[in-house]
Amino acid sequence: MSNRHEPFVASGDIQPSPPPSSVVGPIAWVRENLFSGVANTVMTLIGIYVIYSLLASLVPWLLLNSVWNASSLQDCRSIDNGACLAVIRERYLQFIYGFYPTEERWRPVVAFVLMLVALWPVLFAGAPRKLLYASALYPATAYWLIWGGTIWGPLAVMAGPIVGIILYRVFDKVLSGMMDEGIAGILSMAGALLLTITWWLFAVVQVDAILGSILNIGLEPVASDKIGGFLLSMIIGVSGIAGSFPLGIALALGRQSNLIFIKALCTGFIEFIRGVPLITLLFVASVLLQYFLPPGTTFDLILRVVIMVTLFAAAYMAEVIRGGLAALPKGQYEAADALGLDYWKSMRLIVLPQALKISIPGIVNTFIGLFKDTTLVIVIGMLDPVGILGPIRADQNWNGIVWELYGFIAIFFFVFCFGMSRYSLYLERKLQTGHR
Amino acid sequence: MKIKGAIIAAAAVMAVSTAANADTLADVKAKGFVQCGVSTGLAGFAFTDANGVWDGFDVTFCRATAAAIFGDPNAIKFTPTTGKTRFTALASGEVDILYRNTTWTLSRDVDLGFTFLGVNYYDGQGFMVRKSLGLKSAKELDGATVCIQTGTTTELNLADFFRANGMSYEPVPIETNAEAQQKYLSNACDVYTTDASGLAATRATFEKPSEHVLLPEIISKEPLGPLVRHGDDAWGDVGRWVMNALVIAEEKGITKANVADLAKNGSSDPEVNRLLGSEGSYGDQLGLSKDWAVHAISAGGNYGEIFERNIGESTAIGLARGLNQLWSKGGILYAPPFR
Repeated sequence: MSNRHEPFVASGDIQPSPPPSSVVGPIAWVRENLFSGVANTVMTLIGIYVIYSLLASLVPWLLLNSVWNASSLQDCRSIDNGACLAVIRERYLQFIYGFYPTEERWRPVVAFVLMLVALWPVLFAGAPRKLLYASALYPATAYWLIWGGTIWGPLAVMAGPIVGIILYRVFDKVLSGMMDEGIAGILSMAGALLLTITWWLFAVVQVDAILGSILNIGLEPVASDKIGGFLLSMIIGVSGIAGSFPLGIALALGRQSNLIFIKALCTGFIEFIRGVPLITLLFVASVLLQYFLPPGTTFDLILRVVIMVTLFAAAYMAEVIRGGLAALPKGQYEAADALGLDYWKSMRLIVLPQALKISIPGIVNTFIGLFKDTTLVIVIGMLDPVGILGPIRADQNWNGIVWELYGFIAIFFFVFCFGMSRYSLYLERKLQTGHR
Repeated sequence: MKIKGAIIAAAAVMAVSTAANADTLADVKAKGFVQCGVSTGLAGFAFTDANGVWDGFDVTFCRATAAAIFGDPNAIKFTPTTGKTRFTALASGEVDILYRNTTWTLSRDVDLGFTFLGVNYYDGQGFMVRKSLGLKSAKELDGATVCIQTGTTTELNLADFFRANGMSYEPVPIETNAEAQQKYLSNACDVYTTDASGLAATRATFEKPSEHVLLPEIISKEPLGPLVRHGDDAWGDVGRWVMNALVIAEEKGITKANVADLAKNGSSDPEVNRLLGSEGSYGDQLGLSKDWAVHAISAGGNYGEIFERNIGESTAIGLARGLNQLWSKGGILYAPPFR
């Protein structure tokens, strides 16, 4: 019995053998994703060929044979047959600033850096909340930095909404004692708004002049016709985006309102603006508006364009947000009412956060469209990046250059639009609450 | 097009009615600079240099006008205008004078309510084809595909020319000169037609200019010149005589280099002395200083110098003087006497 067969007992775990190379690793990945069937293999080969032929012409043109040091196109051609990037080297400052005076160019740079700081708390929840107050001050600061002049004008403009809010509080307190709270709220808001607008339209210029004559603190003024290039695109794009978002929310809410007058006003505005091409509005801004304004008023062209672009984008924004509002189950509205929240609170705390989250892709879509539409200002003779190409290409040294310049502009727009699109994806992921 | 014309006309009427007794010269003097409408970029005529400063043939005339008024060629602001905005910019008073290679036509002069001050460049519509086609004349173009800028007088001239010669063509509509270059070079059209100066400038930018020829026919008159609003003759006179002064300066051999000397020491030619202000009081009559013409000529030289520096044969654009030569040298450039 001593020779009884001992049962085999493993003394330890068998090391798992690595999975066969047909399931993991680069080869498997390639097999799985690129060559998993006849059709896919053919597609892959075609794709590789297309990429190869693109790179085969692009790399030598853009990298190997490109010319960075030359004084004219003829010069470039005599040196090498690649891209004539010397034109960008010579003119990139014009692309960025337009005709902005050289010794003042630090100002748009500061404005740009401050813009990033001001955007930080708006875009990312991790930022200190206190910074939001600084963001609210940004528009006037940027205006002052870019256009110069005395500091009093922007200060007076900023004083408008601050005083307006105080007035609203006072009116609300006084009126709510006399009538229904909702009506008092609307009345005092309308009153404060009216007074603020009156202040902006009729008092700011005088206040600026008076204070400026007493104490002249300010920067060298820079006229609007000096502003061009990417600076102009950024001014129009950023202020259009920043302005159209709140305006669009207001219009979307107004269109859903039960008050017939507000509803008609908002619907009429949205339908009118959406029914008119942006170019028409730009022509109105540049040409016709001057006839409607009192003689002698000089209303800055960039400001006129920014207003038109903002109104245009706001109409689209309103419809995008209305889509979000409509997608929200009715129960959410009713729940807000059941909690006893008034209209503004229910909108602010319950309805809008959800509706806006639903609308993020549409909103960003509108933003990107707006940013690219800024190039349309070329038709009214403003020299945005595409517009500034004209006078550069008309220089006999560079006449005939096409791809290099347009490519440069395309990269600029791509960086910004791609950035916006990435941010919207980030935001969607962050706000994901598992409804899908 | 009709509607656009009507809007411009209405705008012009409004501008004229509000500015009926406008004194643009006084306004310009008060604000301290001339607001000049130029092209958004036309090779040799209006472009920006490496420092972002406007330069070019039309631009130099603008600067001469500013120099005549203020003695400073930089007392000027430029408004880039497109083919669509140029007339409204002028009619609405946004610009004081428009130097934007604009063809002088009856309807622009009369219907739109502008005053043309003369012609600073005589142009005409031509044709460019590839040499390999072996064409000798535009009359052989029957059945050709033609790249043509839409909404311009050249489009109408082209239709007229082909109809008059009993030929057919297929238009390839394009929007800008840059687009035309690409289309033409990629063989999308056999022929590119626009003003001859534009064709020459375009051809100069090609990698192999010698493979393309300009056909000999010039099928239209395109007198390009500056314009101002109707009803302000004093301002128009200033612009007109600045231009004439530059032509007379070439005629009399007054150049950027010797103008200061001639003004100081006088000349044996009384017309030179009158022009440069050492005789008579012609500046006063225009409402300018005595030596206005000296400043105007100092800005960019006489007509010939401006031509040579910006678009002449020594430049990449390489235009011959042709019609724009002085009348005494075979061209039609002719300024009224300065007396």
